[in-house]
Amino acid sequence: MMKDKKQNENSGKILSWIDARFPYSETMREHITEYYASKNFNIWYVFGVLAMVVLVIQLLTGIFLTMNYKPSSAEAFSSVEYIMRDVEWGWLIRYMHSTGASFFFVVVYLHMFRAMLYGSYKKPRELIWIIGMLIFIVLMAEAFAGYLLPWGQMSYWGAQVIISIFGAIPFVGEALVEIIRGDYSISDITLNRFFALHVIALPLALIALIFVHIVALHEVGSNNPDGIEIKDHKNEDGIPVDGVAFHPYHTSKDLVAIIAFLMIFSVVVFFAPDMGGYFLEYANFEKANPSATPEHIAPVWYFTPYYAILRAVPDKLGGAIAMGLSVLLPLFLPWLDRSKVKSIRYRGWIYKTSLSLFVISFISLGVLGVLPADGIYVSMARFFGILYFAFFLLMPYYSAIDKTKPVPSRVT
Amino acid sequence: MKINKYILIILAMICSFNSGIYAATQKTLEKANNDSGDVSSLQRGARNFMNYCSGCHSAEYIRYDVIGEDLGITQSQLKKYLMFNAQQSFDTINTSMEMEDAAGWFGQAPPDLSLMARAKSTDYVYTFLKSFYIDSSSPTGVDNSILAGTSMPNVLWELQGHQEYINDESGSGRLEIAIPGKMSEEDFNSFLRDTVNFLEYISEPIKNERQALGVKVLIFLAFFLVLAYLLKKEIWKEVK
Repeated sequence: MMKDKKQNENSGKILSWIDARFPYSETMREHITEYYASKNFNIWYVFGVLAMVVLVIQLLTGIFLTMNYKPSSAEAFSSVEYIMRDVEWGWLIRYMHSTGASFFFVVVYLHMFRAMLYGSYKKPRELIWIIGMLIFIVLMAEAFAGYLLPWGQMSYWGAQVIISIFGAIPFVGEALVEIIRGDYSISDITLNRFFALHVIALPLALIALIFVHIVALHEVGSNNPDGIEIKDHKNEDGIPVDGVAFHPYHTSKDLVAIIAFLMIFSVVVFFAPDMGGYFLEYANFEKANPSATPEHIAPVWYFTPYYAILRAVPDKLGGAIAMGLSVLLPLFLPWLDRSKVKSIRYRGWIYKTSLSLFVISFISLGVLGVLPADGIYVSMARFFGILYFAFFLLMPYYSAIDKTKPVPSRVT
Repeated sequence: MKINKYILIILAMICSFNSGIYAATQKTLEKANNDSGDVSSLQRGARNFMNYCSGCHSAEYIRYDVIGEDLGITQSQLKKYLMFNAQQSFDTINTSMEMEDAAGWFGQAPPDLSLMARAKSTDYVYTFLKSFYIDSSSPTGVDNSILAGTSMPNVLWELQGHQEYINDESGSGRLEIAIPGKMSEEDFNSFLRDTVNFLEYISEPIKNERQALGVKVLIFLAFFLVLAYLLKKEIWKEVK
């Protein structure tokens, strides 16, 4: 007993010493133990924390991969095989990293869709959404740079195709392509600069943006499936009556989600690391060969919806613009959406139908982006591409006229 | 339970993904039906590979001692039956042919086979190896119905015999044995199955260990999931 008391006193002393110099206890209170979020979060609210989990997986496995990987066109491919075969647990580290890349997009797409379901991008959370979109764009760049590093056939030719898109820009296009590649074709120089971007520049940007994303979120507070501001109803202590503290309530809930996620993640890592050629493309088990174009070049699955839009437009510049727009349009959602209510629970049939059509068109475009661009597939890509754009561009009209249901004042 | 439903949906999606895509060819491939858990098949495959493939093809990412350990072959057996062209058991499989010479002789250097089964699929390699037919216009005397114009000669002709390409009226050609070889069709197919099995093994030697570890990891996580769920239930008890 005596000993325990003395220890407590000591740790109390250390804490007050730290708190006098750094806002440790204050930060813990504000962001962990006394950060209140709605008690009615459903499964859609776990993908934010899951994205953090995947980020940690990618950073940790990435560090160990970097210890053994050789960023040179002569050695990159064999150094990956060296990791897979000779480095202790190298295969596990590599599969976790390659699977993590795909799962990053799985959870981020679902996280973004959650915001669309419950209007989380609407006032006062516009800035959280914009920062989130910037994270998404940096993540795409990060994934693209990383995909070149194994220096397989698909790494090489995928990069060739995507970088050449910038060549469609009038006047500066060709010069821009040369600046990105650092050479007249994809080469050792390109590989080295992509390595630098992948392991230093883009992760730094990603972490900074994620930090800002969370700071902005904690300023206004989390949304919830009802789209109600829980801060409007506080008790005498100033605590939102419908909120529960992040710790221990949401942390214990998130822990369940994290373990369930790790189980699904493990199923892929241990039993299907190439996911039938979707997570690791089979052609990428052949070393990059600049003189032999693969029969069929398809980007990894998470880029295929945008790739399908690129190919659906017959003009090269037009396709590039359409693809760029398709990535950027969601950025404007806070202002495209004119509905009075946030959550889909209180919206009318028009928005529900539109959102369903959007999901169908996004997935269809994803499937079409894997398939060769000929015949009926091109027409289908055009059809779903138009649906995709219509969802955003017509939103100011249909979201304003859509009949809404009365929103309750407390969460249900 | 609601969460269970979502997990089931996601698992179903994973399974449907696994149907697999190989962009390599539109031609119908025969199923290799090899069993990566069959060690004696892998041992026979190793013998076939060293006797029929390794003269020209390297497998520069696989080491003899790894093969020995995984397939239950002792050091002395390795040296006696498999290491025709290597001094140390930790060496990788190399050919004694200079690749520049080979490119001169065949028009193209024989590709390394370490990852071939993974890049092209076992079915592709299996079907490719049995699809050579006589073509007197080709410098090697044969062509291949899966990979037209291949620079590879029919190394296995002695076992399979020589095939002829028969043009059907319908336009779809088929292959028929013109001169029989040492093996019956059935024996030759199982010879190929063993060989392809070995090629799949060297493309990812860790595969069996990976799956075995995966089962343990999932059992651990399932146990952990139950604990986490009970903890969550306990903590949320007071929340109305």
